[in-house]
This record gives sequence, C-alpha cells and structure tokens, in this order.
Amino acid sequence: MSPLLQISDLRLRLESRPPAWLLRGVSLEVAPGQIAGLVGESGAGKTMVSRVVLGIVPANARVTGGSVLFNGHDITHLNEAARRHLLGREIAYIPQNPMTALNPVERIEPQITDVLRMHLGLDRVRARARALELLHDVHLREPERLLRRYPHELSGGMRQRVLIAIAFACRPKLVIADEPTTALDVTVQKQVLRLLRELQSHSGTTILFITHDLGVVAKLCDHVHVMHGGRVLESAPAAQLFASPAQEYTRALIAATPRFDRPGELLRPIPVALTLRLAEDARVLDASEAGKRG
Amino acid sequence: MNALVQLLRQPRIAFGALVALALLMAALAAPWLSPHDPRDQDLFNAFAKPLWAGGDSAHLLGTDSLGRDLLSRLIHGARVALVVAFVAALLAGLLGTLLGLAAGYYGGKVDSAISRLVEIWMSFPSVLLCIVLAALLGAGLHTVVIAIVIIDWTRFCRVVRAEVLVQKSHDYVASAVTIGLRPARILWQEILPNVLPLLLTLLTLEMGIAIVVEAILSFVGLSSANVPTWGGIIQEGRLYVNQAWWLMAAPMLCIIVAVLGMNALGDGLRDALDPVKAR
Repeated sequence: MSPLLQISDLRLRLESRPPAWLLRGVSLEVAPGQIAGLVGESGAGKTMVSRVVLGIVPANARVTGGSVLFNGHDITHLNEAARRHLLGREIAYIPQNPMTALNPVERIEPQITDVLRMHLGLDRVRARARALELLHDVHLREPERLLRRYPHELSGGMRQRVLIAIAFACRPKLVIADEPTTALDVTVQKQVLRLLRELQSHSGTTILFITHDLGVVAKLCDHVHVMHGGRVLESAPAAQLFASPAQEYTRALIAATPRFDRPGELLRPIPVALTLRLAEDARVLDASEAGKRG
Repeated sequence: MNALVQLLRQPRIAFGALVALALLMAALAAPWLSPHDPRDQDLFNAFAKPLWAGGDSAHLLGTDSLGRDLLSRLIHGARVALVVAFVAALLAGLLGTLLGLAAGYYGGKVDSAISRLVEIWMSFPSVLLCIVLAALLGAGLHTVVIAIVIIDWTRFCRVVRAEVLVQKSHDYVASAVTIGLRPARILWQEILPNVLPLLLTLLTLEMGIAIVVEAILSFVGLSSANVPTWGGIIQEGRLYVNQAWWLMAAPMLCIIVAVLGMNALGDGLRDALDPVKAR
C-alpha cells in the first residue's frame, strides 16, 4: 500500500547567525490507517516535522531540501489558499497544551462548528447537531450545556477532548497529535489515549503521534520512528523496536525509561559518550552539507 | 450583571463611573439642566457673586464679565468636552487598532513599515502638529478632534501591536491556523476579542487625555468660539482673576475632576480586567 504521508530527506534550517539545522534530512513513511509514533528527546525535531507538514514553521526557519508527500501530492511548498483547503479537512492537528489551545473568550460551540461550517458547508443548525455528535463521540457528558460554556469552565481533560473532537470533526485522513497527553495528569492521560485508539479504530484515520514517552508509544503505536538531533535514527514496527532495538541510541532510550515495576532502581540516563558521538555525527553532516553548498 | 456589581465595588471604578455618568448626564441634558442659556448676556449683572459669597440663587456660581451664567456655561462645556473626548478617542482608537493589529499579526515588512511610521510620528512635537493643523483647517471643534486623533493614534497602535504579538504566541491562534481559518478571520474572531479589554482601558485613559488636550486647544483659541468650552472659560476668566477668581477656578476644577475620574476608571478597569492582577 502506498504511504499516506511520505517525508523524504527533509531539511529545515533556522536562518539565525550562525544558521542552525533543525532537521537534517528526515525521511519517514506513514501507511494509511496506522498509528505512527515519533519519539525523541526535547529538541530532537519531532515538533518541527509536524510543523513542516502543517506548514506552520517559525518565521525564521526555511525548508532547504527534501519533500513532504501527502496522499501522493507534494505539499512541501503549498500556497496559502491550497493549504487552508487541506488543513482541518484532510490534515488535522491536536495541540500539546489544551489549556491554551482554545480561544479563552469564545464559547465552545463556535470553536467546534467553525471548522464544520467552513469545510463541510454545514448551516448553523446542522453544524450544531454534528458538534453534539462529536462531543458524544469523545465521551463528554451533557454536550448541550457544554456548547454554551467557555474554555475556563472546563478541566484540562475535557478541553483536550474538545480539541480531539475538533480534530476529528471533518473526518480527516491524517491527524497529527503533538504530545497531546503531556500537559495532563496520568489518569486523564490514560483516558485520552484510550479515546484516541477508539476513534482511530472507528474512523480508520491515520495518526502521527509525537511524544517523548516510550510507555505511551508501546501502548498505542503500530510503528515507531526514533528521532535525535534532527534525524530519524531508527524506524521499525513497535513490537520489533521494543524487542530488538537496532540502534544503540534506541537501546539507551528504552533503558532510560523509569519502570514502576522495578522500584528502587537507579535511573539510567543516555550515556554522555553516545550523546557526544551523535553530536559529532551531526557536525560532520552539517560540514558536508555546507561544503556542498560551497 | 454580577460582574458589573463586582466592578463597581472597587472604589476607583465606582468614582470613575460616577464622574463619567455625571459628564454623560450633563452632555445629554445640558439645555434642561442649565438654569440659563449659556450665551445670554446681562451686562447689568456682570460679575455677580456666587451663592456662597452672598450672591443670589438665580446664578448659583455667579456670572462672568458679560453677565453670562457660569454654571450653565460649565454644563454646556462638559457637553463639548465629552463629545470631543469620546469621538476623538474612538477615532484614534480605531485607526491605531487597525494598524496595530496589522503590524502585530503580519509582522515582517508590514510591521517594520508601521512601526517606523509610529516612531517618526512620535518624534514630532505634538503642539507643533496642532498649530500646523489649525493653520490648515482653521479653528473649530473638528480641528480639535482631528488634532487629537492625529497625535494619539500611535498610543493605540503600539499597545495593540504588542498585545497581538503576545496573543499570537498562544496555541489557540496556531489551532485556528491548523483548522484552515483565513488570517483576516483569525484577527477579527480570535485575536481581537482577546485584545478588547485592553482597548477598553486605553479608550478610557485616552478620553482623559483628550479632555486635557481639548482644554488646552480651546484655551489658546483653536477651538470653536461659538460654544462655551472649559478651556475658553478659563481663558476669559484669567483676565478677571483679581475680581472674580471663581471664573477661572470652577472650570479648572471641572477639568481636574473629569480627568481624575477617567484615569481612575481606566486604571481600575486595567487592573480588574488583567487576569493576573485580579487574583
């Protein structure tokens, strides 16, 4: 089956002085219907990958090479109008922090119905009916009352459910979830993950799940891409990755995960020698890239 | 309604609201509130003493050099002050907000162009601008309003731009982008409502400033000569301060109270609407 999302050799450079590479040739494929995990430490470039796909890279960053294919079409350098057509309808986004991702001065109803009315052309009444359905699908109680509420009246878990409802509103082909559980407490995290899995199995939507939490990846994802320093170091099916990680970095990352079933054990950080070696690799890569550019 | 009661519990806001209400009453009902026509002259009764100094109750605050009733002139002056303050602040706010929104949201060249314009604008002495304007447009109320707008739109522009930059960094704006909303709609529907509390505060403060500017311009005679203005009354009363000090003191007191009230209201609103300070 041809991949839904195909990123090849994607390079993103921060035009600062001196310039810095945010992505150093990222390649990964996500098959339709898959939940793909994108794992890595802070600064590995996970979020930047998602931002390039969504077309919201920071103002001073530039894609200098590579391509993003979505459903066979190149969306790397799409113009604004075409991208607006795509976002919300074909590609949806679940942001990291539910506390700030809803407009604080707007009621919940317009925030859900906006996307429905704009992309599906529903009128006010039908958009409202669909919004109630969506809130029901994400297991929020009393949806009628909820529509009239403001975001500050909702708990973090409820807000994240509303955001998930908005993301799934137009039955998109791809949902990018950027650490959707990081800002939530553990019990709510579990519910949100279960909800994502449930929605995915009903709708068949492909999910690109960005996280630094290997525990979450193990529970949720079919396929895993491990990132470090703006590169994908290893891509493998989840079961295989955890059973026999091919890369030393992946092994170190798995070993570094705290285990509740082994209390009293010391944490094992990523070895400094390994980090230094990876940094050196990146430096060599950057130097050869600079040489190519003359 | 509850929120309103809470706001009015704060002494600053209550005081400011009271002053604003009094001004509004005076402005709306000036012809009925004032005991005499502010332009009626009575040369036999010039410099009548106010009530507390032994005057009669027909002229509570006495009369001026032409025998015109001071209280009536002050009430009609409030009308001019409020109309000028309101219209000028609103127009300055409108102009500044539009440019500030554009600068903050679009950034880059748009931002540079607007920000440089603001800086160049602010480097002009404002009094000089007023005099040039008066020379071009002639004296009159419209000159006063235009002068205030032209001087003070930069205040709105800078503050709104900064606030838009803050709001833009919040995730809800990124969310709006990722559901495919147009930039104009994001500005109007998502960002503007979040800037509104700040705008309300700025408008109130600006009205206080506009009252002072109006008084200055009418004092130097750049405002209309047909209607009584506080600045104009001060200017006339200045000549007779030895015989009738209240002719000058009363309009000054009016200006002071009006500006204090507006500032108190603005400061109170700023603190009350700031979620960090309100806690």
